[in-house]
Amino acid sequence: MKITLHVTPDITPRPLIAEVILETGALLNIDRADVKPKGGEVVIDVPHDECDRVVAAFKKRGATITCLKLPIIKDDDECVNCGACISVCPTGVISFRDDWSVQMDVDKCVQCGACVTMCPHGALTVGK
Amino acid sequence: MAGKTIQDINAKIKDGSVHVVTAEEMPDIVAELGPDGAAKEIDIVTTGTFGAMCSSGAFLNLGHSDPPIKMQKVWLNDVEAYAGLAAIDAYIGATQLSKSRGMEYGGAHVIEDLVAGKSIDIHATAYGTDCYPRKVLDTTVTIDDINQATMFNPRNGYQKYNVATNCSNRTLYTYMGTLLPDCGNVTYSGAGVLSPISNDPTYQTIGVGSRIFLCGAQGYVTGQGTQHDPTNDFATMMVQGDLKQMDKKFVRGATFHGYGTSLYVGIGIPIPILNADIAKATAVTDADITVDVLDYGVARRSRPVLRQVTYEELKSGMIDINGREITTSPMSSFHDARAIAGELKDLIQKGTFYPTLLVERLPGTGVVCKPMKQIGEQPTVADVMAKRVITILQGQTVENAAKVIMEGNFNHLPVVSDEDRLVGIITAWDIAKAVAKNKRDKLDDIMTRAVVTADTSEPIDIVARRLEQHNISALPVVDKHRRVMGIITSDDISKLVARR
Ligand code: SF4
Ligand code: SF4
Repeated sequence: MKITLHVTPDITPRPLIAEVILETGALLNIDRADVKPKGGEVVIDVPHDECDRVVAAFKKRGATITCLKLPIIKDDDECVNCGACISVCPTGVISFRDDWSVQMDVDKCVQCGACVTMCPHGALTVGK
Repeated sequence: MAGKTIQDINAKIKDGSVHVVTAEEMPDIVAELGPDGAAKEIDIVTTGTFGAMCSSGAFLNLGHSDPPIKMQKVWLNDVEAYAGLAAIDAYIGATQLSKSRGMEYGGAHVIEDLVAGKSIDIHATAYGTDCYPRKVLDTTVTIDDINQATMFNPRNGYQKYNVATNCSNRTLYTYMGTLLPDCGNVTYSGAGVLSPISNDPTYQTIGVGSRIFLCGAQGYVTGQGTQHDPTNDFATMMVQGDLKQMDKKFVRGATFHGYGTSLYVGIGIPIPILNADIAKATAVTDADITVDVLDYGVARRSRPVLRQVTYEELKSGMIDINGREITTSPMSSFHDARAIAGELKDLIQKGTFYPTLLVERLPGTGVVCKPMKQIGEQPTVADVMAKRVITILQGQTVENAAKVIMEGNFNHLPVVSDEDRLVGIITAWDIAKAVAKNKRDKLDDIMTRAVVTADTSEPIDIVARRLEQHNISALPVVDKHRRVMGIITSDDISKLVARR
């Protein structure tokens, strides 16, 4: 399960993620962090069974968290199964099935957006 | 065996006894029966390809307005079409971009929307004549409201296509998609085993008058495509077909980020197996078709060839480049190429599609695809750069650098090492910032170390683009030892362009 931590200037000085790891004992994995002085977001991979506790621990500390049900969404009406998106994905989310249609292992997505830019048919959007 | 004729085959289509397979099924059949046996057994092999074909478009006849207009310029959904034809004829090309939406929407999307039956806004202007007095026209139409809508594509169905990668250190946005830096990925195009011309590389059955499956309609090959290059196995076709009969599934507008729009066109060509030679040619496999891997990091006509690969290797998902395994992506859809070859096979078996006799073969060897004749020398960096450059030794103070810049009355000061190698650059603006922050002592702390440079032999257009990309106004020109040979500024380039 992926969650997005929305970082605001007031929480940046705190070791928020470290605190949550210590409190919950959950093995968090930072997939992507995009934080500028004015704030930003961190995508964190959370073990499925610990998700509720982790989210609660963040919220308790005043952080805004969103859960990504579908980190990357493909519009099958627009997709032509070319596979152009495959080679730009850093985590190997996208692959061909045996019949050359395209499948996505969305759990691996870190929402970098590279495939969205690559897709010639505007078929992909990053989930919010 | 004497071989078959098109008439024999068409008679079999009529009585339902025709034997059709796709080009993917054929290699095994030829391996088992041999070319002679396969030619006896199989009547038609269907091919298919579905990918971006930029040289595509459509002729439209809009019907006369009242009062009538002789369109001088016309826009469809804000995309300009060519109107230098009779009064209300226009040609909408796939790569023309929308005036208001830019790369997001282009001629290709207009064509897709027409085929999908959507409304298209038309705006036309004219100078007005005695016979065509009207000067402005605005209306909205669908494909059913206009007279002819004929897809006419000057260059489609490349026999095969070179593979793209990028050895430079920045991301490139090309018609081969996003190319990640440092050979981060590889993109390719073409249907390989299903590619129409690869299955008939001597054009025994594909030529002027061949009836083809064109985006769901029955269309025709009308001649050699532009840039047809049989000598290098890069044959192309010119094709046409009725847009009104087409299926949206196989006509798809596309946008290549940072490049522009293109049209995904679906083409299927039936290859009548008239003799053993033709049967043998259709046994081609992905492993038999070889293409060059080019470095798009070099923006010149001749890009360096990194290696050769087969479609079999490309389709495996990884290829080796300089000892590293790199992920590949097709830009064309093999899934849909297969669907097209399959659909064409069904149409023939159902008796609704009949292959035709050639009127004329495509030109074979002897045709050479020439590069452009350019008159006048292309100016290079050496022609434009300032050769007298003042530099400063690293380790000096900001104060000193400020003095040098003041005295010389310029903006960019290259910083060099003791061995006279370029190590950084400093601008008047860097100095102003440093002074404001009271960082006056060491130059090395405030200079830019990752200096973007040019070399003397590079064409001006390439350097101009580099300046634009990095949003800077000057580049030091260095030799291969990074010794500063000169400096080239955007002002120098603008002056030259103004003179051209
Ligand atoms: S956004 Fe796209 S490219 Fe990036 S990780 Fe997700 S699927 Fe891969
Ligand atoms: S690049 Fe776009 S159209 Fe091609 S397979 Fe990926 S999602 Fe589909």
